[in-house]
Amino acid sequence: MAESRSALAGHFQDLEQQREASSLGMWIFLVTEIMFFGGLFLAYTVNRATHPVAFAEASRHLDVALGATNTAVLICSSLTMALAVYASQLGQRKALIGFLITTMALGSVFLIIKGIEYADKFRHHLVPGRAFAFSGPQAKPAELFFSLYFAMTGLHALHMIIGVGVLFLLLVHAWRARYSPEYHTPVEVSGLYWHFVDIVWIFLFPLLYLIDIHR
Amino acid sequence: MNAPAPVARISHPNYLNVSYGVRSWLLTTDHKRIGLLYLVSITLFFFLGGAFAVLIRLNLLTPQGDLVQAETYNKLFTMHGVIMIFFFLIPSIPAVLGNFLIPLMIGAKDLAFPRLNLASWYIFNLGGIFTLYAVTSGGVDTGWTFYTPYSSLYSNTHVVPTVVGIFITGFSSILTGLNFIVTIHTMRAPGMTWFRLPIFVWSHYATSLIFILGTPVIAITLALVGVERIFHLGIFNPALGGDPLLFQHLFWFYSHPAVYIMVLPAMGVTTELIATFARKNLFGYSFVAAASLGMAVIGFLVWGHHMFVAGQSVYAAMIFSILSYLVAIPSAVKVFNWMATLYRGSVSWDTPMLYGLGFIGLFVIGGLTGLFLAALGLNVHVHDTYFVIAHFHYIMVGGAVMGYLGGLHYWWPKISGRLYSEPLARFSAIVLFVGFNLTFFPQFILGYLGMPRRYHAYPPEFQVLNVLSTAGASILGIGYLLPMIYLIWSMRYGPVAGANPWPATGLEWQTPSPPPPQNFQTTPEVTWEPYDFAGRKDLKLPSPGLAELRPAAED
Repeated sequence: MAESRSALAGHFQDLEQQREASSLGMWIFLVTEIMFFGGLFLAYTVNRATHPVAFAEASRHLDVALGATNTAVLICSSLTMALAVYASQLGQRKALIGFLITTMALGSVFLIIKGIEYADKFRHHLVPGRAFAFSGPQAKPAELFFSLYFAMTGLHALHMIIGVGVLFLLLVHAWRARYSPEYHTPVEVSGLYWHFVDIVWIFLFPLLYLIDIHR
Repeated sequence: MNAPAPVARISHPNYLNVSYGVRSWLLTTDHKRIGLLYLVSITLFFFLGGAFAVLIRLNLLTPQGDLVQAETYNKLFTMHGVIMIFFFLIPSIPAVLGNFLIPLMIGAKDLAFPRLNLASWYIFNLGGIFTLYAVTSGGVDTGWTFYTPYSSLYSNTHVVPTVVGIFITGFSSILTGLNFIVTIHTMRAPGMTWFRLPIFVWSHYATSLIFILGTPVIAITLALVGVERIFHLGIFNPALGGDPLLFQHLFWFYSHPAVYIMVLPAMGVTTELIATFARKNLFGYSFVAAASLGMAVIGFLVWGHHMFVAGQSVYAAMIFSILSYLVAIPSAVKVFNWMATLYRGSVSWDTPMLYGLGFIGLFVIGGLTGLFLAALGLNVHVHDTYFVIAHFHYIMVGGAVMGYLGGLHYWWPKISGRLYSEPLARFSAIVLFVGFNLTFFPQFILGYLGMPRRYHAYPPEFQVLNVLSTAGASILGIGYLLPMIYLIWSMRYGPVAGANPWPATGLEWQTPSPPPPQNFQTTPEVTWEPYDFAGRKDLKLPSPGLAELRPAAED
């Protein structure tokens, strides 16, 4: 009980109020994240509507196999994150630590595969700027597509990196047995964030990789 | 000569005397101290932005623009706009007064996330440092609007540090808004139901909605301008088939609602002032509360009225025009409710009330000229002229800054525990009102006659009105300097205010001035309705309010 009393910050009446505030705070933060990514999704929508052919053509230069692998990796990481939250609710410290490490590992796999893809784009001169090279009449709007590709996946990858960092902090606290069935809000709200970042990828993958797949 | 009366000491434990030293301030998580930290930061930015305004007005004294060259002038108005909007007006009332008062008004010990609140202040200053770097290393010349492709491809000035500064500062707004919303939802004292909240809290709730829904959009938009310059991505680059107009849509999607970020809190302050100094229950409480939310919602649907001549479709323009007119409805609801509150109230003319009434007058002028600008035909005639400049200064300076100063004067006894010199404060309120109108009313005429904005020189026939405007600006400057002097003076030498000097009904006046670190000795329990001046015998109003006499008078 001493543990849960120290977890209560002085300006709250009780743990229930504190949990409610943290949870609402994270949901509102995710709303701001939707608006943040929303600007990019709007830019994507407008530009794809303007240049449908170029976007389809440029999209074929992305590696669908790697993208699909990454999608699977992230979905698995969402499962392990959900299991981590469940373990924290039950107070199973070892299971919590295990699932957090798995989730971090899967997130890192995602980032490594993303890095491989980026390196590949560099080699093939598909990074916007002076070195950009794309044959055919659609070269200019294709550069636009890759501008959006790097902006959107780059921002997403940044969120993944932050997410892995947050999970590391959770891991440290879990290691020190700070979480209990009474107090595990940080695990819960971090889980919300992790699922959000996954969902963004679930939208990015078809929008960027699968535009032209039906042909 | 009489010996000066000894200055009374305030000895009860309060947030100012609980601890001393720089560390105790820089590491504080007390919302009241953080409010004061913001007060210091934004005051510095206000006078910096004001210095640019002084240079602009001095340059416009002569038609040839003798003081600075055109390029310098471009930088002056850009940095005036950037600093005043992002580093003064947007944080002004929410970050200073909102921070200080919201927990007090709802009977909480602090905001829901005190450390996040302190982090917001550091984030704000970090963004400010980037912007100051841009200012001191040569400035930026794109206008505060950063229109592409000029900002992303052509300008040779310090666009990147400026947009990075605004990007970072945006997160301080987002986190402040998040903190307010969570606090208002989860931290209210027992009995403090939604419809017992002061209108100040309602308007901050509406403002926070704009913070969290709008600010991320400007953040990503300016980030894209930055990466276009640094990494040569081409999302707004027409040479790649990108759309520069998309930038304007995204920019105004935030920057129009940003006007409501500035004016909604000022309306909240004004509502408190009108009710307190009319000593009467607020007329139409629920309508005023709903109008705040209505303005926040409709405010998100009108951004296209900044783009009537930018090549948007005529049908879009018509819809944006109609929606812009709709904003007039909640605005008018508020003005009429203030009028109805004043009607047969026992009005007193204390300094905050002068600011409150000044706000109403100037806001009405600014709002009605906004309707001119929302009209498709007239907009083309006055687009990008001084008419627009005058209109938005009536809203932002006449509205938001009057509200901010009114609120600062009203809650100053609560913040500092002391009273300022009332005659001097009234005098400076009047100076400010006169100076403001003399500065900006001539600009309506200038704009209507066709003087475009953002030019460092102008035809000689406009000189008389420009000289009037500059003369007004110097009076306005005095009106800003005076409060700074006597408010600082009062912190040490002012008479002790007591808990409820006006008196007013809000929960923040139930606790000693300055409030103790935990705000209230025990968690208050709210059993009364807001603004119930007639029913609150504990206030001991100096004379019976007319509100109490009315039933007898009507018999």
